[in-house]
Amino acid sequence: MALRMMKYAMPEQDPKVRAHNFDEVALGYDEETAIAEASRCLTCPNPRCIKGCPVQVDIPGFIAKMKTGDFAEAIKVIKKSNALPAVCGRVCPQEHQCEKYCVMGIKGEPVGIGRLERFAADYDLASENETKPIEYAADASKVAVVGSGPAGLSAAGELARRGYKVTIFEALHKAGGVLSYGIPEFRLPKEKVVQVEIKNLEKLGVKIALDTVVGKLYTIDELIDEEGFGAVFVATGAGLPSFMHIPGENLNGVYSANEFLTRCNLMKAYRFPTYQTPIKAGKVVAVVGGGNVAMDAARTSLRLGAEQVYIVYRRSEKELPARLEEIQHAKAEGIDFKLLVNPVEVIGDDSGNVKRLRCIKMQLGEPDASGRRRPVPIENSEFNIDVDTVIIAIGQGPNPLVQSTTPDMQTNKRGNIMADDSTGKTTKPGVFAGGDIVTGAATVILAMGAGKKAAEAIDKYLKNKKH
Amino acid sequence: MYKILKKVLLSPSVWLYDIEAPRIAKKAEPGQFLIVRTDEEGERIPLTIADFDRQKGYVSIVFQEIGAGTELLGKLNEGDYILDVVAPLGRKTHIEPGMGTVVCIGGGIGVAPIYPIARGMHQAGNKVISIMGAKNKDILILEKEMRAVSDEVLITTDDGSCGIKGFVTTALQQIIDRSEKIDEVIAIGPVVMMRSVVEATRPYKIKTVVSLNPIMVDGTGMCGGCRVQVGDEIKFACVDGPEFDGHLVDFKGLMSRQRMYKDAEKEETNHVCKLSKIKGAI
Ligand SMILES: Cc1cc2nc3c(=O)[nH]c(=O)nc-3n(C[C@H](O)[C@H](O)[C@H](O)COP(=O)(O)OP(=O)(O)OC[C@H]3O[C@@H](n4cnc5c(N)ncnc54)[C@H](O)[C@@H]3O)c2cc1C
Ligand SMILES: Cc1cc2nc3c(=O)[nH]c(=O)nc-3n(C[C@H](O)[C@H](O)[C@H](O)COP(=O)(O)OP(=O)(O)OC[C@H]3O[C@@H](n4cnc5c(N)ncnc54)[C@H](O)[C@@H]3O)c2cc1C
Ligand code: SF4
Ligand code: SF4
Ligand code: FES
Repeated sequence: MALRMMKYAMPEQDPKVRAHNFDEVALGYDEETAIAEASRCLTCPNPRCIKGCPVQVDIPGFIAKMKTGDFAEAIKVIKKSNALPAVCGRVCPQEHQCEKYCVMGIKGEPVGIGRLERFAADYDLASENETKPIEYAADASKVAVVGSGPAGLSAAGELARRGYKVTIFEALHKAGGVLSYGIPEFRLPKEKVVQVEIKNLEKLGVKIALDTVVGKLYTIDELIDEEGFGAVFVATGAGLPSFMHIPGENLNGVYSANEFLTRCNLMKAYRFPTYQTPIKAGKVVAVVGGGNVAMDAARTSLRLGAEQVYIVYRRSEKELPARLEEIQHAKAEGIDFKLLVNPVEVIGDDSGNVKRLRCIKMQLGEPDASGRRRPVPIENSEFNIDVDTVIIAIGQGPNPLVQSTTPDMQTNKRGNIMADDSTGKTTKPGVFAGGDIVTGAATVILAMGAGKKAAEAIDKYLKNKKH
Repeated sequence: MYKILKKVLLSPSVWLYDIEAPRIAKKAEPGQFLIVRTDEEGERIPLTIADFDRQKGYVSIVFQEIGAGTELLGKLNEGDYILDVVAPLGRKTHIEPGMGTVVCIGGGIGVAPIYPIARGMHQAGNKVISIMGAKNKDILILEKEMRAVSDEVLITTDDGSCGIKGFVTTALQQIIDRSEKIDEVIAIGPVVMMRSVVEATRPYKIKTVVSLNPIMVDGTGMCGGCRVQVGDEIKFACVDGPEFDGHLVDFKGLMSRQRMYKDAEKEETNHVCKLSKIKGAI
């Protein structure tokens, strides 16, 4: 049989239907399709795909197991390098990572590595293997992890498996970081995937202290000097929303994407009034930005009942930083992309509500420091879009709460914690950091990779300290 | 889970709760607030830490039932547990010895959050003149407590049923007019009250601190929902505040943003009333 050049299609909810519900959009392969897709892999002796994966999952290794239908073994192979495969299979930007390098992509489409990873992980979640608690040594050292996003979770898991008693301190009332409050249910199911992974960690013996803002209830020094933690891993993410600093940004109806998504995902405002937190979705919504956060906000608006949703992005289609699949999904659902357009003012009515967004057209100039062509405004090209809601999704910076109460832990001029790339070591002895708080807003898998490396380094540090 | 140790009705629909929370009590400072969530479906409700006892390990809140969230909170009893309490949030009040004469103004339920500040100012050796305002004498709260930590207390009521007839600004003007040197004014209460206080002190260039209460979600600087215009900067009240220089605050913007969910919340309150009726019937 000739080798199939194209990926097997992912079954999805019909765009017209899914635009009005919060159920998962991509439904996942069935067993037969998973085996067929796995069979497209050439099991290359020098697999190029692996070098595209930030945590070096043994891709041909796990796919080989899937070819024979041995999904239980496949997941074991994946889990050696990736603690949250059900998450990564869904949200990794595969087209820039593993799949980008797959040889099958040269003449046709790459192997659907992410989809296969998701299948194996979902198979594993459904099989309800009991996680066995770790038996800790009587003198096991304690490690504190600050923040329960992917970086914190992966560090905690790795440390627990190495025999450390881990407590995760989380500011919110739910663990998971962006996985819980940011990425919507229709892309990453909360109960079925995220909470199951977190419960498994707890079954290992990891303690999670919710409602605990480090920098307020405890400082890092207090954790070390008074609470008996031998080391601390700081993984507080990039949670501080940026605004555009244009007139009208404080009008009612202007949200940061963080607030909009938090109300919807964490507080479940889409089930108001059963859940008490309100949200004002609006009828006509403009989302400013072009990344995953912007796509999520736009598609959430649609699901909350908006009739018309625009993405307003200042560069062109090619530069959109969102995952390819999200852009395609957004378009299929009817999101209107206004590209090479930048807002200059939010205009309100007499009672302080948003009425329209004033924008200016842009063109691409010379490449800037990031190598991308810089957008420059076209003079006298201003125009208005009538909207009642504006959602700002132009990026997030580091939250300063931990840094400002830990003066001997150095930060760079953007406020990110300075940490060694391969160990997560900060300038403060015993304190490590990783994920978005170090790199700035990045990806789930990079944050997890950083958590794992830091766990290894913490293990070494504590062993040295003992001797 | 946080146990309610004591529940006291201070005035109609205004409750005081002492909540068991030793760690929070250890770290809390005047001016800071906490966030509670009553149950899985509940909102995150920001409330000022009205008092704390480090030895006994509890913090107090004083809140008014004004909507669905605070009504559900008000239904809890002594011995019940609150699902989530996050604290201490926000910056503490600037208190130090040698600040001089400080006028602490609490309007309505704002007396509760002004109390630990007045106490802190007093303990630091400053002269504390307190002004307590209420609609009428029946809803005046914490008078005894305020008297214990103030050098002088002035009470105002809208209807004259107690103290000076008028608003807190009437009393403030009296203090200004008797040429008492005022080094700082701290005002907490309804936004309109804080705005009037700020306008009253502006001509005299008296430093005036106000504690803002915009709508909040996380309380940690993550959502930006609590943003207020202060001078030419956007500030997040939950981490940069809640106290700000009143002469720089854009009160109009603050009031407008507080009204954002008014319609939705009316609906919700009806919904909760119906629900509790059904629950009550069973
Ligand atoms: C809407 C959205 C969509 C995204 N989509 C994708 C995607 O499709 N694919 C992808 O790879 N990446 C995506 N990302 C990026 C990705 O989610 C992040 O890079 C990743 O979550 C970073 O992980 P982290 O562990 O460093 O931090 P976070 O996930 O941000 O977690 C940090 C945690 O620390 C807690 N915290 C902060 N301060 C304190 C404190 N002082 N004390 C205690 N706890 C604290 C926070 O509450 C939070 O729970 C998306 C991000 C967003 C916002
Ligand atoms: C830092 C801070 C400290 C506070 N301290 C106290 C306190 O010590 N005691 C106390 O009783 N209240 C305090 N509040 C106000 C309290 O948080 C609100 O009354 C409460 O959130 C209302 O919730 P609800 O669900 O009962 O009413 P909702 O149904 O949510 O709202 C009812 C009405 O109140 C308005 N509202 C909603 N949230 C706020 C808010 N944050 N501020 C002002 N109005 C609001 C709504 O627009 C609506 O008109 C504080 C608020 C903040 C931000
Ligand atoms: S973790 Fe992400 S990058 Fe690595 S193989 Fe899986 S989907 Fe690809
Ligand atoms: S590069 Fe592609 S074909 Fe080769 S092993 Fe990796 S996934 Fe399989
Ligand atoms: S409440 Fe979210 S930033 Fe202040």
